Amino acid sequence: MNTHPLQTDIHQDRGGPRQALLEVRELKKYFPVRGTGFAAQAQFVHAVDGVSFSVAKGQTLGIVGESGCGKSTTARLVAKLMAPDSGSMVFDGDGVDEFRGIALKDFRRNLQMVFQDSFASLNPRLTVAQTIAFGPQVHGMGAKDAGQLARDLLARVGMEPEQFGARYPHELSGGQRQRVNIARALAFDPRLLILDEAVAALDKSVQAQVLNLLQELKRERQLTYLFISHDLHVVHYLSDQVMVMYLGQIVEIGPVERIYGHAVHPYTQALLSAVPSMDPAHRTLASPISGDPPNPIDPPAGCRFHDRCPKAQAVCKSRAPRLMSVASDAAHQVACHLNDPQSGHREAYAVKHATPPLEEVSV
Amino acid sequence: MVVASPGYWGTVWLQLRRDPVSMAAAALLLLLVLAALLAPWLAPADPYKASMIKRLLPIGSAGHWLGTDELGRDMLTRLMYGGRLSLLMGVVPVAAAFVFGTSIGLFAGYVGGRINMLIMRTLDIFYAFPSVLLAVAIAGALGPGLSNSLLALTLVFVPQVVRVAESVTTQVRSLDYVEAARMSGAGAFSIIRVHVLGNVLGPIFVYASGLLSVSMILASGLSFLGLGVKPPEPEWGLMLNTLRSAIYLNPWIAALPGAMIFITSIAFNVLADGVRSAMELRT
Amino acid sequence: MSTPLVSIKDMGLRFTGKRTVSAVNQISLKLAQGEVMGLLGESGSGKSATLRALLRLYPQGRAQVSGQIHIAGQDVLALKGKALEQYRGGTVSMVFQEPGVAFDPVYTIGQQIVQTIQAHAKVSERDAAAQALEMLERVQIPQARRRFDAYPHELSGGMRQRAMIALALSCKPKLLLADEPTTALDATVQIQILLLLRALQKEMNMSVIFVTHDIGAAVEVADRIAVMYAGRIVEQGPVADIVQRPLHPYTAGLLASSVGAANKGQPLQAVPGSPPDMSNPPAGCAFAPRCSSASDICRTEAPPVEQMGGRSLACWFPLQLDAA
Repeated sequence: MNTHPLQTDIHQDRGGPRQALLEVRELKKYFPVRGTGFAAQAQFVHAVDGVSFSVAKGQTLGIVGESGCGKSTTARLVAKLMAPDSGSMVFDGDGVDEFRGIALKDFRRNLQMVFQDSFASLNPRLTVAQTIAFGPQVHGMGAKDAGQLARDLLARVGMEPEQFGARYPHELSGGQRQRVNIARALAFDPRLLILDEAVAALDKSVQAQVLNLLQELKRERQLTYLFISHDLHVVHYLSDQVMVMYLGQIVEIGPVERIYGHAVHPYTQALLSAVPSMDPAHRTLASPISGDPPNPIDPPAGCRFHDRCPKAQAVCKSRAPRLMSVASDAAHQVACHLNDPQSGHREAYAVKHATPPLEEVSV
Repeated sequence: MVVASPGYWGTVWLQLRRDPVSMAAAALLLLLVLAALLAPWLAPADPYKASMIKRLLPIGSAGHWLGTDELGRDMLTRLMYGGRLSLLMGVVPVAAAFVFGTSIGLFAGYVGGRINMLIMRTLDIFYAFPSVLLAVAIAGALGPGLSNSLLALTLVFVPQVVRVAESVTTQVRSLDYVEAARMSGAGAFSIIRVHVLGNVLGPIFVYASGLLSVSMILASGLSFLGLGVKPPEPEWGLMLNTLRSAIYLNPWIAALPGAMIFITSIAFNVLADGVRSAMELRT
Repeated sequence: MSTPLVSIKDMGLRFTGKRTVSAVNQISLKLAQGEVMGLLGESGSGKSATLRALLRLYPQGRAQVSGQIHIAGQDVLALKGKALEQYRGGTVSMVFQEPGVAFDPVYTIGQQIVQTIQAHAKVSERDAAAQALEMLERVQIPQARRRFDAYPHELSGGMRQRAMIALALSCKPKLLLADEPTTALDATVQIQILLLLRALQKEMNMSVIFVTHDIGAAVEVADRIAVMYAGRIVEQGPVADIVQRPLHPYTAGLLASSVGAANKGQPLQAVPGSPPDMSNPPAGCAFAPRCSSASDICRTEAPPVEQMGGRSLACWFPLQLDAA
């Protein structure tokens, strides 16, 4: 189905099926905080602090975490909307915007993003069709072809082009606007789509429609998704792999069923049990964790979760844990002293890998 | 049956039409502009023709509906001709400031960083002076005359417009749809032209239209001080000055140019307010 | 039940102005003292408007409230002046969605709670401060004494929400209205606030009307659930019945389209279409355009609300109890 008018060899699969589509290594991004007075020590928000992961072709990686964990900043770093302070990114075996890599503009055709705020993502002065057609025109498509492409895409996302093409964003509902955003991203025929809380602001009944659309599109166009969300149910539904972030770092990453069924990191376990119960006979009795997600300004030494962790011990305060495989499963990794037999944590040998699975929706 | 949306400015116009006060102000301004433009054909007399006998005839005199000034010239004619210069001096500096100010502000806002800081802090120096003082200082330095006072007023307004333009551009720049445009690989000019400009012009226009009445009053003030238009040119501010001596003899005549300035600037302000309200997109 | 605390009969809310919008249409509900009702709905359902109307927060000129509303023996629509001021905060209080904007930024948390207490009862400032501090401790704000003197911007989202609950409960109201209090919070904070509300509600035997679009949050706190759609209550009943044996197609659709482990790999059963535009609602049943069991009568006549024991339902063709 890849007969897109803008198709060039950049678009083809260059690395082969075993090459990960996206590989990110040690991404770091610190934002300076303005100190008070002239001579104040500059403080930094450690938004993203050493994040590495890879996404295989045709898969969906779900990134979960709470406010301040850095998932949105990671998305913007991957999308190259801002430059990282350090770290590298490899897209289908090529570097991006560097010597012997692919040019930034070509990269933009391969990777697109759908933002959370469907209204702010659309230029209020342009019609919906004009917004969708803008991207292909930037890459050399003629106005008429771009307009036709826009109409075809509107139809594909379930919006009648005759009826909706000439509408302005303020005349559409939230779900409709988000469909337009998806169509706009697809206009480039990308290979990777970053969905930054793309369904969070939608009504639940509309959310289901958009999720179905995303799944269909993924199958049809062989897309790879990076799905960022705070909603664990949605992440479970969509993802093949899940990455849990806390204060700018990855605390656990692995296949979706391992994370949801056998989470190791206490934070992941807390997140999973914080989801409200759907069974009135079995309501949540106690909060799995207390306090608020902390501020990522100048995080403490040692494990960043130690002040809220029910299993914290002396070693957790002094030494930061490294990301290590769980048991013999190389795909499931966690950064916790519980998982490291040599960490000095007293429970490290007897770590239980079982955690109750996420409560199922009962109808 | 789907009705095509009238677009943004179309919607603004439809909203504006429903506001009777704004429409009245617009009608009044239209009348004034027409009177000024068509003065050579509509005016009853020669604005420069003086008559020592017919000095300071009261309002309602035969042949001189609004009386005559201290040199016997017909007031109605002088007011109509005066409107040309006064309106010109109101609109031209603001239009010029709008064009220059928006360009500078857009550039500073989009680019951000040190360049932005450099531009804005330089303009802050001008902004620190009260506009009247600045106008008088610049006009005084350049010398009297129409083009000099237009230049002086433009220079006074440019920093103000830049400030608004930069602020709005910075806001729009951080919105998701501009990020999405950056993600499309478009160049900076393309993004500014398609995405930023249209969304930024609105607030700047509203601010600039508020400046119209200020510009008129400042221009009249400059003429009053002798720094703007020179006699015998008819211009409302200048007329106020020359009629000062007549204020005890015929205060109504002396007040007429002032009344014209007052009415025109109120009309500008009311219309600007109306446009601002109409621009708030409420669907 | 003995005289219910809250008795709303055929309440309607209309906004006049450029366009007339019927935000709420003939809703009726009863709530006993100490009961928690979850008001579930999506955008345009009128759930938030209902709460604000109960507190008479809409100006007279622009909104018209009709029907009968009796809370704690008072006719709410007839209140005015001092009685209305005492009612707000004293009898009925509200917790809003955005804790950041519910507080005045130039006063400390403690000062605002004290002001509220003094507005409702004649107590000295010292006594009021003591009560305020006790309230802050009850909502489990860590280091309550320090937070008492803190400004709203110095607190995190979760703590601000706790402070807002403390403010709302400071005058021991009989009814608490909660307008999506946890929607803007992170998951781990949300569950803490939900548990807190449940605990405080039990302690104070307070009634709560909890508005949300999240079924899970409603299940955690509510005894009864009322589902709102396009300004009407389409289904009402005990929480277990609604969640496990829904009768209205909209309720069933909402539950079925919930995302979770059960549906992984399969398309979700989404309810087609989107909520109607309330300035131009469809004729007949508002849900008919989206309903798979709709037929002609649904499109012409709106179904009446029928009471069946503890449940109420407004549907021409409800789902069969055994097939649900």
